[in-house]
Formats: sequence, structure tokens, C-alpha cells
Amino acid sequence: MSEVINVSRRTFLGTLSAAGLVLAVGRPRLAFAADEQKYGADSMPNGWVDSPLVFVAIAEDGTVTITCHRQEMGQGVRTSLPMVVADELEADWHHVQIRQAPGDQARFGNQDTDGSRSMRHFFEPMRRCGASARTMLEQAAAARWGVPVAEVRALNHEVVHAPTQRKLGYGELAVAASRLPVPARETLILKTPAEFRYIGKGNVKLVDGPDMVAGRGKYGIDTVLDGMLFAVVARPAVYGGKVVSYDAAAALKVPGVVQVIEIPGTPPPSEFQPLGGIAVVARNTWAAIKGREALKITWDDGPNATYDSTAYKAALEKSTRSPAQLVHERGNVETGMAKAARRLQAEYYIPHMAQAPMEPPAATVRIVGERCEVWTATQAPQATRERVAKRLGIPSERVTVNVTLLGGGFGRKSKPDYVVEAALISQAMKGAPVKLTWTREDDVQHGYYHTVSVEHLEAGLDSAGKPLAWLHRSAAPAIASVFGPDPKHEQPPELGMGLVNVPFLIPNLRIENPEAEAHTRIGWYRSVSNIPHAFAIQSFVAELAAAAGRDPKDYLLELIGPARRIDPRTLGDSWNYTESRERYAFDTGRLRRVIEMVARESGWGRKLPAGQGLGIAAHYSFVTYVAAVVQVAVNEKGEVTIPRVDVAVDCGPQVNPERIVAQFEGACVMGVGNALLSEISFKAGRVEQSNFHDYQVARMNVAPRDIRVHLVASDFNVPLGGVGEPGVPPIAPALCNAIFAATGKRIRTLPIAGQLSA
Amino acid sequence: MPALNINGKTVNADVPQDTPLLWTLRDVLGMTGTKFGCGMALCGACTVHVDGAPTRACITPVSAVAGKKITTIEAIGADPVGNTVQAAWLELGVPQCGYCQSGQIMAATALLHQNPKPSDADIDAAMSGNICRCGTYPRIRAAIKQAASTRGGRT
Repeated sequence: MSEVINVSRRTFLGTLSAAGLVLAVGRPRLAFAADEQKYGADSMPNGWVDSPLVFVAIAEDGTVTITCHRQEMGQGVRTSLPMVVADELEADWHHVQIRQAPGDQARFGNQDTDGSRSMRHFFEPMRRCGASARTMLEQAAAARWGVPVAEVRALNHEVVHAPTQRKLGYGELAVAASRLPVPARETLILKTPAEFRYIGKGNVKLVDGPDMVAGRGKYGIDTVLDGMLFAVVARPAVYGGKVVSYDAAAALKVPGVVQVIEIPGTPPPSEFQPLGGIAVVARNTWAAIKGREALKITWDDGPNATYDSTAYKAALEKSTRSPAQLVHERGNVETGMAKAARRLQAEYYIPHMAQAPMEPPAATVRIVGERCEVWTATQAPQATRERVAKRLGIPSERVTVNVTLLGGGFGRKSKPDYVVEAALISQAMKGAPVKLTWTREDDVQHGYYHTVSVEHLEAGLDSAGKPLAWLHRSAAPAIASVFGPDPKHEQPPELGMGLVNVPFLIPNLRIENPEAEAHTRIGWYRSVSNIPHAFAIQSFVAELAAAAGRDPKDYLLELIGPARRIDPRTLGDSWNYTESRERYAFDTGRLRRVIEMVARESGWGRKLPAGQGLGIAAHYSFVTYVAAVVQVAVNEKGEVTIPRVDVAVDCGPQVNPERIVAQFEGACVMGVGNALLSEISFKAGRVEQSNFHDYQVARMNVAPRDIRVHLVASDFNVPLGGVGEPGVPPIAPALCNAIFAATGKRIRTLPIAGQLSA
Repeated sequence: MPALNINGKTVNADVPQDTPLLWTLRDVLGMTGTKFGCGMALCGACTVHVDGAPTRACITPVSAVAGKKITTIEAIGADPVGNTVQAAWLELGVPQCGYCQSGQIMAATALLHQNPKPSDADIDAAMSGNICRCGTYPRIRAAIKQAASTRGGRT
């Protein structure tokens, strides 16, 4: 038996844990008042109940086991969320261990690790979880001693009765505490920030760090089961293509190949279902790969066989050059343009990109009788469970999804198509344990890609260079095209990712969204639609500043105007990252502050050698405010290096500041890779790239040499913002603005690749 | 096929001669610390040491390493340089998702064995074959420098 199984099946002696199981099963559904809007954890389909019994187990030796119900993919969530519980619990971190929750939304609440919301949505619930466990321990101690609860206090893994100097360890109280009723939410007393032991302190190291540096970290692809078989799948090169016929004779002769199986596809919109194709099952992955090479398959490519990125780009550009579906309007753009002293226009293009997490999609499935067990790296354990159950024709309760570490996710692992594939292969192999691995070629050529977009902007400036009118047409195929009939238009979440929620003081403004049809699977890619919207808008602002002969930073601040709180609805944003419009109003003061901070910290305006330049950009996403200054050097051959990037961040209160810095460093590197290198293009419906030689991502030699992340200090009255994604969008425009400052050349098409060497 | 010497132990793996060392380690021997990332020596996730030299296990057939000394991430902590590199990685909080870090640590350890005081250009040259999609490069660079400084120029 592998370690993975042992870990997943380990039962804890902790009495709270056992009670938790019982309670969780019989837990009543939350009854929501119809007129009361819920947010965060409370707003999810199964709601949220403050029960420490689900998340905290205390063994009689005092070991506290905290369950992490969100997935670890590099953001440090397996450290940070349990740390919040431990802090309110007054637990000694040295006696805390972490257990990863299997996929079970009814029990653990929402587990979809996406949208930069694990801490934003679960900081308060996890605090309450720790506080209620602490309260129950205090009540148990008070009862044991026969003293009022007010006289006892939990302190660093013990409950103390100060008047008599008595102490009881958490392990000694666990049994009694677990029998007490869980305190009601409104009765809990949370710590004041001054009492925090771990939150905001940066004194807790990554729980998975020691395993990760020793090769012991277990990712989905590392699952080992007794008697396990290994599989790869040959999939249609074109989205919607299908197998006409195949000849497996040669594949079956490859040493180690055991079986060849046809997997039925799902015609577009194929949602989270497999693309279909031919699976090769073997004694090891290499034999499966060799077997796949020996398959002879005749495909019917279907209607997407004409998808061609060059032609599609031209079509998108054309669609943005005439009036289109109205998204939002104020004033009258035609009147404003008519009064303008000068008019400017620009178009920006960003191609498809693949998330390409370093661990490609992989899943291991075993079916025993009517029970299916899955081990995989997934951002969406609940969707995984439901889709696998449905395809196998068994109830969800019979599917266990064991969640491993994720070797990167970036949105790719929110779609469990690869797990469904593995389940179908195991089913065809009579339930035998099967590990399916996607090769890098599979990952690059059969993904759920970042959308492709053209952003067309026009502005009319008055004689002082201030915009009187602003027209933005944004065209990009929609993610919703994967889930149903192609809406051919950006949906509220896409519009709300930096297209409409831009608080510029411009009297006449119109935002339009031309049609854009999807011809491949479009999916979430870290920061999603914020990437093209921020690139276009923050580049165009710098272009206007240059036209007006103004400093780009001053010009940007003037466009934003004075500090004020804006109801996102007044900007045409009905989505607001699912957050409350009151708590999470758009605060231009915070946006101004990060711009001013990054300018100060980066030495904005400093003299640089010839061939170097500074560029600035700011963008609000995932309810966090970010500004970046990139220092670029362009040599005579047109090669770009980045000596330094400064990033200023206001994400509200910082639970684990060191990991926040790490996320913004990483987002900066990814943003640089997006801007300089990454492109997925299609010809005859097929992805033209196949692996890291032609689908390029940032490496050590192109990454900025020096990244300085500056966090705005914030108190805990401010609601939390997202962290994982908001660092990406400002990087590409800040870089291109820096290139303009260095060379006078304006980049409007990404990736930059060789454009400067011409 | 001939026996392999992995982390000081002699191991027999029943695979065809052309099977890459990577899949032999992972699928046949159950040693999953060495990672699959690309299969074409483009990303460095599968880096092991063969007679001390950093080697991409994904394109190295087992026939090419028979009789040679293979070291994987599972044993690099027993190497004084490797141990220092691991400690620097933890001290500076290098890993994010952690998946590529096996290969990064193997590459960095080989670099410091060969060049105990690498310059930035040396680090670029030695480490640019190792992709980290989380973007931990600035911390990898800093951790290599810290490990070099801890070892004070010793190889």
C-alpha cells in the first residue's frame, strides 16, 4: 500500500473527529431568509455552519488535527487556513498537524479553489471555527473545576484557571469538550488583532516545505496503488472531432501494453467531459506512450477544423471596428468625440495561452464493487466527484475524491475531464486501479485555453489632453461556451474583470462587446479576462499620456480622480466578484494609494541609462488593488531584460504576509512570461505548439532579476482581498509601457517575442 | 537488463533497454520524487545526477546509465551540498506548489558542486533549463547564493 492511501485512510483517535462525523451527517441544511443576500462561505450551495467538529480534531495526547478543505497549489493555503484556526484556538503550532479534506461540499462547505477566494471567504469562518473549539475547551475546563467560565482562559494549548494556578492540556479536555453543544455564531468572542499569535506575523513556515524539498510531496501524478496500470489517451486534434475507426494491432504488440479502449467523446459544448479518443493501458507510462504512437486512428475533425488563429485575429479586429452590443454607457461618446481637439485609436491583441502547470493533468481511479476511489490533483473536488459519479452511474456518496498536492493549477485543474477519463478507463478495466497521465503534448494541445481577444479603444482628448470621450470594444470568446450554447459574448464575470469596473473620470464613455464565437475549449487562466482588459486599458492610458505630453503616472492618477467609494453597479458591474457592493465598493482612494506607493518605492522618474525605461500600470481585480512599475532594458538586438519590478498591493489585511509576497513575485514572473513568450495558435483546427520548446514560458534567464513587493498596511476592519491572481494583470502593460519609454516603440500585440528585433 | 545503482543501492528493474530512467524510477521502482514535466528535456523537472552530472531522466534510457552512480532527490539530503541547498530552500521559502523543486534542487546542487561561488550569469546558465510555472526564480537565485555563502566556497 502506498503512503497516499495510508494517509487518506488514517483514522484519528481524536474524540472531536469522531463526534464530527456523526454531527456532519445529520447536519440540517441552512434555511436562508429569502430577502437576505449571503456572501462568501455562507452564499455557497451547501452554506456554512460554524462547527469545529468538522475541521478540528484533538487527540488525547494533545495533537490538534486541522482539516484543510481548500487545495494546495502553491498559494500556501494548507499552511495559512489551518493557521487561522490554530490562532483562534490558541493552539501551539508545534502540536498541529494538517489533514486534507476529501471532496465533500455538503460537509466542508465550498471547496472550489479558484477566484482568489480561499482566505477571502474562509478567514472569518475559520476564525469562528477555532474560537468555538476554544470556547468548548474552556467550558469543559470550567465544568471540571466547578468554576465560572469567565475565570478560565485558553492559552497556548492549555486552559488556565488563574486564581488557583490550575491548568489542563487540550488533550485532557478533548473528550469532555466534544460532548458540549457547539456555541452559536453570535455568542463567539473572537480575538482582537493584538492577541493574534500567528495571523499576520509571518512566523509559520510552510507545512509542506520539508516534503517538497525532499521529493516526498505527493502530487496526483505520484499516486501508487498495488497492481496499478498506467494509461495515456489519444484525443482528437480538433475540438469536437471524433474517432471514425482505429487499428490497435500494432499498439497491442508494444511490450507492456495491456489493453486499448475507446473513450466516447462529448460533442461541444463538452463541459468537463472527456474529448473522447483511444486509451492505451500498459504496465508503465512509457509503454503506454509507445503504444499510443503505434495506434492508427482515422478522425473526423468536425466543424472546428477551419479554426485558424491568423484569420480569427483578423475577424476579431474587423468586429471591433463597427458598433456592437452595448455593455455600458454614460454621456454621449459621439458628442464628446466631436468636441475633441484630437482623437486616438489603438487595438490590442492577446492570443490563447495554456496554463501548463508543471504537473500535467493526472488521475488515479479504482472501482471496487459499487465504490469508486479517486486520487488526483484537482481544484474542484466536488465537480470531480459529481462528474465521475454521473459517468459511472453511481451516487456521489459512493465516490471518494482524495485530494493530493497540486503541481500547479492556474485554472486548468478546475476542470476534471482528466479524472472522468481515468474513471472510464478503470471501469473498462473492470475496476482495476489505473493512473492516467497527460503528457505535456496532451496538456498543450487539448487544454481549456485562455481566451483570445482584441480590444479596440478610441479616445477624444480636449486641448489640454484630457479625455472627453472613451470608446472600448472588447471581443473575446466566452468561457460559457464550454458549458452551453455559445453566448458569443463576454458574460458578467468576464465584463467585471476589468472591462467595466474602471473608475475613470471621463464624461462620455461607451463599452461594447462584439460577437466572438468559440472554436476551442475556453477556460480560466490565472487572472482570466483581467489579463486582456488590463493590458489594453493600461497601455492606452499611457498612449494618451504620451499624446498629451504628460507623465503617465500623473495622467493615470488624474483619470482616476479623487478618493471615493463607487457602487460597482454604477460602473455597469453586476458581478463584483460575488461580493457585497457595500463592503466591497470600488475604492479609488486605495487604487490611488498603490499607484503613489509604487511610484515612491520604485523611484519613479529616476534617470536610467540609454535603452532603459520605466513603465507603470495599475489594476483592480479580485477585490484587490495593485500597481506595478517595470524597469526594462532593451539592447541593440531588441532583446528585453528586466532588471527590476516594484509591485504595490492593497489586499486588505494580510494573514500570511510572506506567502502574499511570494504570490505576487510569482504572478509577476507569470505576467512577464505571458507578455514576452506565451502563445497558443491554431491552424486547421489544431494547436500548432506541442511542448515547452514552442509553447514558451518564463525561465530563470528572462524572469525579472529583482522583484520588490510592497504591501499596504491594513487593519482587520477592512475586508480581505484576493491574492493569487491580482498580481498578473498589471505586469504586461507596465512592461510594454516601459518598453515604450526605453525605445519609443509601442507593443500592442502579445507576445512581444521578436517584435523589437525587427 | 543490467542492474542500476540508485542512491547507493543496486536495483534490478525489468524494463526494455530503451525505457527512460524517469519512468523506470516512477512507475517501476515507485520512486516518485523525480518528476515528469515534459518528456523532452525541456523543463528539468526530472533532473537526477548521473556520476554527479545533472541529467534529464526523461530522455535517458536505462541502458545508458547501467553501472553508473545515479542519485535522485530522495537521497540528495545525504550530500552535504544538497543538504545545504535544501536548507536554503526552506529558509527562504522557495517552494510554492513545489512540483518542480526536486529538479531545481538537483540542478542547483550540481551547480554548486561544480562552481561553489556562482555569479548571476552562472546561475542563469545552469538553471534556465528548469521551468517553474509558479515563478519562484528570484528565490531560487537567492537560495543558491545563500547556500554558496553557507558553504563558504567549499564544493
